[in-house]
Amino acid sequence: MVANNASESRRTTVEKTSDREVVVTRTFDAPARLVFQAWSNPDLFRKWWVPRSMGMTLRSCEMDVRTGGSYRLVFGEDAANTFAFFGTYLEVVPGQRIVWTNEEGGDAGSITTVTMEERDGKTLLVMREVYPTREALDEAGTGAQDATHETFAQLDALLAELAAG
Amino acid sequence: MVQHNSAHFSATFAALADATRRGVLERLARGDASITDLADTFDMTLTGMKKHVGVLEQAGLVSTEKVGRVRTCRIGPCRLEEEMAWIARYRQVWDARFAALDDVLEDLKRQEQARGRKQRK
Repeated sequence: MVANNASESRRTTVEKTSDREVVVTRTFDAPARLVFQAWSNPDLFRKWWVPRSMGMTLRSCEMDVRTGGSYRLVFGEDAANTFAFFGTYLEVVPGQRIVWTNEEGGDAGSITTVTMEERDGKTLLVMREVYPTREALDEAGTGAQDATHETFAQLDALLAELAAG
Repeated sequence: MVQHNSAHFSATFAALADATRRGVLERLARGDASITDLADTFDMTLTGMKKHVGVLEQAGLVSTEKVGRVRTCRIGPCRLEEEMAWIARYRQVWDARFAALDDVLEDLKRQEQARGRKQRK
């Protein structure tokens, strides 16, 4: 495949490999150490994990990206209406691999494995999400949609701050 | 455009590529039927119809249940439209995230280059 076409190489593919597993792939025009950095530094992570189009406000983002560490992302328009995504990192190999649990769904939680493979300065990222049941996977597809919020205020403020800085 | 490379989707599209099988789905959408009913409706042998139903079943478009000597066919469990909508929603989220990640990575690369220039001076 010709890789010099930017739109082609930056295509996100989503493949349902079984009733319980989804695989997402994407190539980034950056070395793996930078992709890992953007994934493991909370200040960088929050700049991209909640893009504007998701319409969600990330109130706080705590992450200790090392094997056995934990994370907690709290979303919500105001302090009275928040919801959290949390879990632990099962395995972290800097620049190569991050595996974490998604425990907000209780027993229905999935396990996410991200691998980064660098070639010629570009990084192929493969993200694998395995759900305990078929039903849990079906739910997950709509979860992101249900979780959307109307206000962009907090995210806008952050983006304005970044643009100014 | 929805991305769907999985073996599952290939099976679904292969199943739908045949006019008889599309006819069987239309027939089952109106109500359950036995293999014998379907063979009669489409003027086919039982063996031929069993093969078509097998392909549809493999793709999850049809499920069958044998009671006594009669195998009853019905629509499901997989609904193609739901599947495609699911994938599209999932992809939408990750596509947006990764586009934003591209920007973060560009910033990091610029910062590294700037640091590199400083060190060389």
